[in-house]
Amino acid sequence: MELKEKLISSYVAFENGIDINSNIHEIRSKAFQNFEALGFPTKKLEAWKYTSLNSVLKEDYSIFPNKANSVEMADVKQYFIHDIDTYKIIFIDGKYSSFLSETTHDTIDVCLMSAAFTKPKYKAVIENYFNKVAKQDNLTSLNTAFATEGAYINIPKNIEVQKPIQIINFTTGSEAATMLQPRNLIVVGENSHVQIIERHQSLTNNPVLTNSVTEIFADKRAFVDYYKIQNDKKTASLVDNSFIEQKSNSVVSVHTFSFGGNITRNNLNFYQKGEYIDSILKGVTIIEGKQHVDHCTLVHHIEPNCESHQDYKGIYDDRSTAVFNGKVIVNKEAQKTNAYQQNNNVLLSDKATINAKPQLEIFADDVKCSHGCTIGQLDDEALFYMQQRGIPKKEGKALLMYAFANTVLESVKIPEVKQRITKLIAKKLGVNIGFDL
Amino acid sequence: MLKIENLQASIDDKSILKGLNLEVKAGEVHAIMGPNGAGKSTLANIIAGKEDYEVTAGTIELNGEDISELAPEERAHNGVFLSFQYPVEIPGVSVTNFIKTAINETRKAKGLEDMPAKDMLKMIREKSELLEIDRKFLSRSLNEGFSGGEKKRNEIFQMAMLEPKLAILDETDSGLDIDALRIVANGVNKLKSKDNAVIVITHYQRLLDYIVPDFVHVLYDGKIVKSGDASLALELEAKGYDWIKKELV
Repeated sequence: MELKEKLISSYVAFENGIDINSNIHEIRSKAFQNFEALGFPTKKLEAWKYTSLNSVLKEDYSIFPNKANSVEMADVKQYFIHDIDTYKIIFIDGKYSSFLSETTHDTIDVCLMSAAFTKPKYKAVIENYFNKVAKQDNLTSLNTAFATEGAYINIPKNIEVQKPIQIINFTTGSEAATMLQPRNLIVVGENSHVQIIERHQSLTNNPVLTNSVTEIFADKRAFVDYYKIQNDKKTASLVDNSFIEQKSNSVVSVHTFSFGGNITRNNLNFYQKGEYIDSILKGVTIIEGKQHVDHCTLVHHIEPNCESHQDYKGIYDDRSTAVFNGKVIVNKEAQKTNAYQQNNNVLLSDKATINAKPQLEIFADDVKCSHGCTIGQLDDEALFYMQQRGIPKKEGKALLMYAFANTVLESVKIPEVKQRITKLIAKKLGVNIGFDL
Repeated sequence: MLKIENLQASIDDKSILKGLNLEVKAGEVHAIMGPNGAGKSTLANIIAGKEDYEVTAGTIELNGEDISELAPEERAHNGVFLSFQYPVEIPGVSVTNFIKTAINETRKAKGLEDMPAKDMLKMIREKSELLEIDRKFLSRSLNEGFSGGEKKRNEIFQMAMLEPKLAILDETDSGLDIDALRIVANGVNKLKSKDNAVIVITHYQRLLDYIVPDFVHVLYDGKIVKSGDASLALELEAKGYDWIKKELV
């Protein structure tokens, strides 16, 4: 049975197990109809021109994995940022693991969507925010239709959350192939600050397809600092759909580190609904083999006096393929916008491919929009210079690549995350970089 | 120290060195002068092992060992240092981190442990004082946004840190004002010993007022056509190269 058919028939069974009288159900039904009509995205869609999901849609996925293998902390510790104290919302095969998690309801809510959907005390937040900023496209609709579990984070106003929050989705291979659809909702009140680290990690080589949706609302003067670490098994694919709505004077930054996985698609969308907003989108992609990473970003400047900064760097080896599709829309009203976009790519092999497609739609006349896109190889002259100083070619290449990615790492605010990413880069490049970072 | 015999080399089938001979002994300073396009920088790059050139004949021996098949880093580990005419900018890597990496990679190649951080810092402090380099300068990205003089001073700083046996200074004087020239030359002179050797490649006599050569060679059309002592440089400065070209006809 095709995956779409399987999902459609599963939805009927799914409906039997949930409260169909809730408002949520209405949203789910609509989303489901939407997916039924649209189906999975194909290369005929402009936004999916360079990314085909066909190869991953062929698997016979379990849509509601019901077996979960037990996971010991020792087995998965390496996937945590474990040298600092953090809140943790951990899922194993789509189910919440209270054993690995550390949640809180002490002034802030760091807990679960399943609770938020059903408990009356969360009703108002869900009604105000759930599925409000998410786009009604095929994969987001599919997620909305099946949304039951994920991270629910609600920070009331004037709170600086003291510990970063880690959201990790593990798959254990308990099923031959697993499809997961986590749904996260993050609401950050006025003047509040929060840091979040998100990761999807398969623990076996059984195929995994994750179709994740995250909605983030940043109220006035809120600070949200979000890190996505993508270093999954070569049999795991991820479609990450993130939607961020910002109010005046808020700052939201999202760093995406894509080092692993089969097909990874990041749909990262920012909507600026206020003035003096800053939106920061940064990414480092280092892939090889037949890996594929697609960054599809959107920054929608709706009101005046806002900024956006995009900086994506990519290094591609072997037959890997990548896409950078960065769209900036500046509405007619959004005067004095300052939108900056930078995308630099290095191809290490003749067989690697990057499709870079910056798109600017500017309707205002008093704006500063700059974009730069480069595709190149490592500088032979610089390599010779380093070799001349005694640094072997392999280490020299690594140093050059590290230096190339460094501008993105500079803005990482959690030192442990920075250190982890640096180590991942060094490991990825197969060298010991040789100095403290 | 260095013995080059009948060196012939080409790039893209264009012959540049046409049977060059040169012998440099420990403790000596040699100057190589010559008109543009004579092959001076090519010679420097070939000794350092740049892969763009094809060596078609001849040998390059360093302390009795043929180094012509070695990778550039292996030559560096054996004590060859080239101060670049145009040092490369490497954004994102600080001067300090770069030199640390270079030193520790060289030590690794010799089977030694990394240099202890304390010793490294001490050495960096000493050598940067020698070259009158501001400490702040060391945390900047390598050569990025450096002035011509800063780049050259940074080259000699690296040379001081790496303590090479054979240092080749490729037009180190170009782009230097007189103060920077004095500092750089002073640095080179302080590093000179009976165990190492220096090859100075230059267009002008100016640098040789500060770094006094034991031998001066004229490189013309891929060969050394005339050698002499320091007075040859003065003669070249006064008379230009045409008289040498005429002598050859």
